[in-house]
Amino acid sequence: MTNIVAIVKMVPDLVEELEINDNGTGLARDWLRLIINEFDNHAIEQAILLKERDGGEVTVIAPEAEGVEDMLFTTAAKGADRMIKLTSDFAEDTNNHALARAFAETAKAFQPDLILTGVQANDDLDGPVGPLVAEYLGMPYVGYISGVMIEDGKAIVRKEYPGGLIGEMEVVLPAVLGIQAGEEPPRYVAISKVRQMMKTTEIDEQEIPELDPSGGARINRMYLPEAAGRAEMITGGEEEIAAKLVEIFKEVGAL
Amino acid sequence: MADIVSTKKAAFTTEFYNSLFEVADGEKIKTCLQCADCSGICPFGYLMDFPPGRMIAWMRAGILDEMLENDSIWMCVSCYACTEVCPKNIPLTPGLMTRAKEELLLAGNIPAELQSALEFSQRYGNSLGESPRKRADWATGLDFEVPIMRTAKRPVDVLWFVGDYASYHPRVQETTKAFAKLLHKLGIDFGILGPEENSDGDSQRLAGERGLFEMLAEKNGKAFGKYEFNEIITTDPHAYNAIKNEYPQLGIEYLVRHYTEFLAEHIEKIKPLLKENRKIRVTYHDPCYLGRANNIYDAPRTLLEAIPGIEIVEMAHNKSTSLCCGGGGGGMWLDGFQWEKGKVRLSDWRVKEAVTTEAEVLVVACPYEPPRFEDSTKTVPGAEKMIVKDILELLVEAMG
Repeated sequence: MTNIVAIVKMVPDLVEELEINDNGTGLARDWLRLIINEFDNHAIEQAILLKERDGGEVTVIAPEAEGVEDMLFTTAAKGADRMIKLTSDFAEDTNNHALARAFAETAKAFQPDLILTGVQANDDLDGPVGPLVAEYLGMPYVGYISGVMIEDGKAIVRKEYPGGLIGEMEVVLPAVLGIQAGEEPPRYVAISKVRQMMKTTEIDEQEIPELDPSGGARINRMYLPEAAGRAEMITGGEEEIAAKLVEIFKEVGAL
Repeated sequence: MADIVSTKKAAFTTEFYNSLFEVADGEKIKTCLQCADCSGICPFGYLMDFPPGRMIAWMRAGILDEMLENDSIWMCVSCYACTEVCPKNIPLTPGLMTRAKEELLLAGNIPAELQSALEFSQRYGNSLGESPRKRADWATGLDFEVPIMRTAKRPVDVLWFVGDYASYHPRVQETTKAFAKLLHKLGIDFGILGPEENSDGDSQRLAGERGLFEMLAEKNGKAFGKYEFNEIITTDPHAYNAIKNEYPQLGIEYLVRHYTEFLAEHIEKIKPLLKENRKIRVTYHDPCYLGRANNIYDAPRTLLEAIPGIEIVEMAHNKSTSLCCGGGGGGMWLDGFQWEKGKVRLSDWRVKEAVTTEAEVLVVACPYEPPRFEDSTKTVPGAEKMIVKDILELLVEAMG
């Protein structure tokens, strides 16, 4: 019986073009659509696969956001046992440090054997959630995971390295894993099953009284990539180019 | 344990069988003669482990649960060929085959490419995964305004339901623009829903996602309810089929016509606008959801015959025996899967047949077809010069 907690969040959906808000410090929210973070969706799939294979319970925790309830009912239809929506003053500048503290506090109550989350998200401006949660809970963290097996209080995980290398390692439980890919792609559940869940299950709401964003980055300015003619093409023979490069490196203080 | 499993299996067959009676004329399944005409006429029947006739036989034997483990039912393109030939008029396409796909989907037996189209439909209201905000972007660049109901704020005579492919597919947008020009030229008082429009959902329904279909239909029903208009028109036979035959069952009742019916009624107004043209030999492909599913065969031909210089030659399979382009019933989203199974494309067969007519143009009347047939003209020998055009494009061209 493995007690699994999946911590997930909704992120900006790139189907719409992103716009910067009037302050120039974040995304304009008017037309912003949200979608489950793709890696978190894999974390959910991995949690359900583990439950189906070895038994156990799956709890999914997500902060309040547009569309989060539909997403949570969908995970229920996939087989999650408990869905928790965190409510708080989630201003648009809530960072991952604040979220990770909220996740850690909520997850702790379930005494999880395993916490699964996406290895990254497109709005991770101050580092991914997984390692932060592990730090706050004093658990080990392994990221870039694409396979998990539970054995005698340990998890055997497959970690992806660049260049197509896979490492297999043992992690003592409880642990936090950053999922790169579930062992199977996220499954489809018929809308009728999701609608059934909306009628028969409930999402548990938990209030986070105060968010603590300390340690995160402060955003001074957010802007779209600016096209500029800053590139200088160096021409000439090899020796000439090398000499010119050395000169430039010296100029900018890199040498 | 074994007993429990087999009881459960038997229960599946019984439950499935009984559920077929909920479809209109569903009871007729009892009268199946096992003549196998359905399986024989099915364009992909030879690749299916469970073509309709065999499915009924296995159902009668109480062992249909084995079907759930099998994915060859996803070859069904809901083309109505089986339904058309059934001597006992059993609703095979809307009943048996669609119910079977629903069960496969519930069992999680669903090809990945179909999954993403369904997820897109749910999330964005279109199966292509495009931004809902950009649904009316096809109209930019026209030299007249296409009124969007929300901003026009006035009743219109006809509400044009544009549909997914007509809105977003770059090739089909050309047909969409042609229709807009035609409506404009004819002085028709029309409007579109723009971003408020959702996928009609019919192909998702026929691909086994009934719940998604209902969700999309409800959204469209809500949008229809906000505005005043006399009727709905559409260039999409799938949208036409949904709004005409399926939406009323959900309490969404509106008069709807396919553009071919609508324009055929205006033919005397159109004729004077058509200029003398060079001689051109064309062949017309009857779309499944205009033809077999809704018996509209004459209106498209009436429009074509009105164009000066056009000579229509029929393909061997025409009207009720027309060959499917392969896009229906989820086929639009199963190209890779179906290729893997059969190493063949239905659109290739159709284009091969069109080549034998020596027509210059293969004429269509459904947004699924131009991209499918154009792809085939690139690979079918002898089809290199064949042009694929919607009736609308020919009409607008003939107006000069």
